Amino acid sequence: MDFGPHLILATLEGAITAAVISLTAVGLSIVFGIMRIVNVAHGEFFMLGAIIAWWVATAVGGHPAVGFVVAILVAPATVGVIAAATDWLVLRRITYDPERTIVATIGLLYIIQQATLMTFGPDARPVEPPFNRRLAIPWVEFGDGGLSLVWPWGLGTTSYKLAVIVAAVVILTALWLVMKRTRLGLIMRATQLDSEMAMAFGIPVTRVYAVVFGLGAGLAALGAVLIVPVQQAHYLMGGDPLLLSFIAVIIGGLGSLPGTLVAAVLIGLSDGIISVFFSPTLAKILATLLVAFVLVFRPEGLFGRRKT
Amino acid sequence: MLDNRSRTGHLPGTMTRRRAIGTLAAVGSLPLAARFAQAQSSEPIRIGFQVHRTGIGAAYGRWYDRTTEAAARRINDAGGINGRPVEIIAEDDGTDPKRGAEVVEKFATQHNCDIAFGTLFSHVVIGSAPRAGELKIPYFVVSEGHHVASGILNRYTLQPGITDVKSQVEAMGPYVAENLGKKVTMIFPDFAFGHDHRDYFSASIERQGGTVVEKIAIPPTETAFTKYFPRIPQDTEVVYHVMVGPAVLTFVKELGEFFGPSSPEIFGFIDSLEAVDITSPGLEFLEGSYFWEGYPRYAQADQTEYDKAYRAAVGVDDNGAALSDSKDVSTYAHMFGCWETLNIVKAGMEASGYAGPDDRAALIEAVEAMTDLPHSLDHPQGAKVFNGRTHQVFGHQYISRVNEGRLDVVHTTSIEDTLYEDETDYTAQAF
Repeated sequence: MDFGPHLILATLEGAITAAVISLTAVGLSIVFGIMRIVNVAHGEFFMLGAIIAWWVATAVGGHPAVGFVVAILVAPATVGVIAAATDWLVLRRITYDPERTIVATIGLLYIIQQATLMTFGPDARPVEPPFNRRLAIPWVEFGDGGLSLVWPWGLGTTSYKLAVIVAAVVILTALWLVMKRTRLGLIMRATQLDSEMAMAFGIPVTRVYAVVFGLGAGLAALGAVLIVPVQQAHYLMGGDPLLLSFIAVIIGGLGSLPGTLVAAVLIGLSDGIISVFFSPTLAKILATLLVAFVLVFRPEGLFGRRKT
Repeated sequence: MLDNRSRTGHLPGTMTRRRAIGTLAAVGSLPLAARFAQAQSSEPIRIGFQVHRTGIGAAYGRWYDRTTEAAARRINDAGGINGRPVEIIAEDDGTDPKRGAEVVEKFATQHNCDIAFGTLFSHVVIGSAPRAGELKIPYFVVSEGHHVASGILNRYTLQPGITDVKSQVEAMGPYVAENLGKKVTMIFPDFAFGHDHRDYFSASIERQGGTVVEKIAIPPTETAFTKYFPRIPQDTEVVYHVMVGPAVLTFVKELGEFFGPSSPEIFGFIDSLEAVDITSPGLEFLEGSYFWEGYPRYAQADQTEYDKAYRAAVGVDDNGAALSDSKDVSTYAHMFGCWETLNIVKAGMEASGYAGPDDRAALIEAVEAMTDLPHSLDHPQGAKVFNGRTHQVFGHQYISRVNEGRLDVVHTTSIEDTLYEDETDYTAQAF
């Protein structure tokens, strides 16, 4: 394949990865920023979103679009409620102590994964996309008769893949508006700045924590519902998103939402482009190397604030 | 002990309710005991079954399990082996080589199994076989990889129920070159099994005057595939694909989306679609493409009595799906290997007069002595020839074309097409 069309295809594939990582990483970042805890089970909430989407879509039946629409409403909400319940049941009992939280969420990771294995089973199951048309992409070529449009072999995407990118942008914009313009956002930001002072002003901090933990998990689940018609629901699918989200959160600056977003797009696009032109293994190596460099030279992350 | 008995009223002659039930149970189980009564010991023959219950091989594991249970049931219904019932002891290997070796060890030391048997994924076999050799427990694999016949394993590891990748692809080369094209791009999973495809198919197509223009290796745990496809050169005449793992449906779907309406010829190993319904949405582009099948998934027009009886025994319908659930598609091209291997084990144990673990070496020698395995209900996939020196069986291969959403066989290779020179002689190794 020629370089130009090749690059377009690589960028498109990268953009889809970026869209999904953005949602997942922003979920992880919100939880870290506001609650100051590391949620190791984040990838399993992602997986749970995909699994519930399969269940809902299968139960609803009918036209794939109907099942998908119900799934995209029900799955993130259900995962959010499960996460909020976990917060109330586990994390609050250990007073959000950072070390104990890590151990607790590792335990949670195994519980969710094994519970899925025991109920959903070990198979990968597909969810049908609401719509899926192959879109061939034209390319400009300078030939004998001057500039002409050609349709290179293999250069194409699907309408659904483009919709995933658009949906991620819409969701992230909505999240930004919620954080900046609503009372809920104000309360969350206040809790992030100084939880003790927020409590003194009558903000129910424990309830905010439950909502935030649910919201973070719900965002991961939303990312999974978007990607599950492209990939498939499988009980081991939470590993990669967890790793990539962690990388994005560390590079972007722990707790910084714009930083996480920029890093997620960077990781997603570079993963797509490097995988296409070189190898997927090299893409992972470079992303991990970037994390190492950031940790050495800018431990607070690209957008993080240095502690004074 | 005696005191204890007298306290609970179990002295001879006193009939308690519990004793009555015990007696009844003994009477009830008499037919079973009587069926195996001619044996010196009616202790069951314990077969340790290493199975991919979880991990990336789970779909194969589910069907290997069903086929193995069906084969054991048939053997037991016919009187067992040497008059002893067969007991299958299944352990999950997680499709993981390290766990695989531990499972083999459990069979030998904890479960007191007579033999170990079962697993598919080549990396698990390669990881487990050395342990089987150390523990001197016969290890009958149903794995397809060339690792047995290549000589890298040991005398305790045998593959008598399923043909190996090298023989399969050697027989495919001529058909692909003659009917589909000579410039081939190969897409394969990046581990031992895929490397067998890469090496032996390349060699086979080159002997036919063809070339492999690009080799694309994909990690078996990958979930997104479009990014690999731009490496397919424009002058490719045939795309040769073989993929494994939970994401095979995504793989084939994205292959279709990549090519759109103008695709080259497509030749795949059915591994890319094992346990997947070929009429799934997004797979319409496969119409007219070709697949290697180890055993035709769809019942063919010339279906044999053996195939009919085998399908009924394992619970598979004429489309290769479970009788109980038409969405639960089997791994039909591979799982017959479990059925046939257990029948070889039975024949080997009977020929060697196998009585217990002390006779393990004799069992292996008896299997090594086997040659022609005729087409029968013991070998429903077709006649086979076993090579005792390389511990590998050879058999017919099938090429099917997708026609109106089902696979119709268009070519059957002879056994001679699949033969190659011996690369090892396990019989020269000491036990």
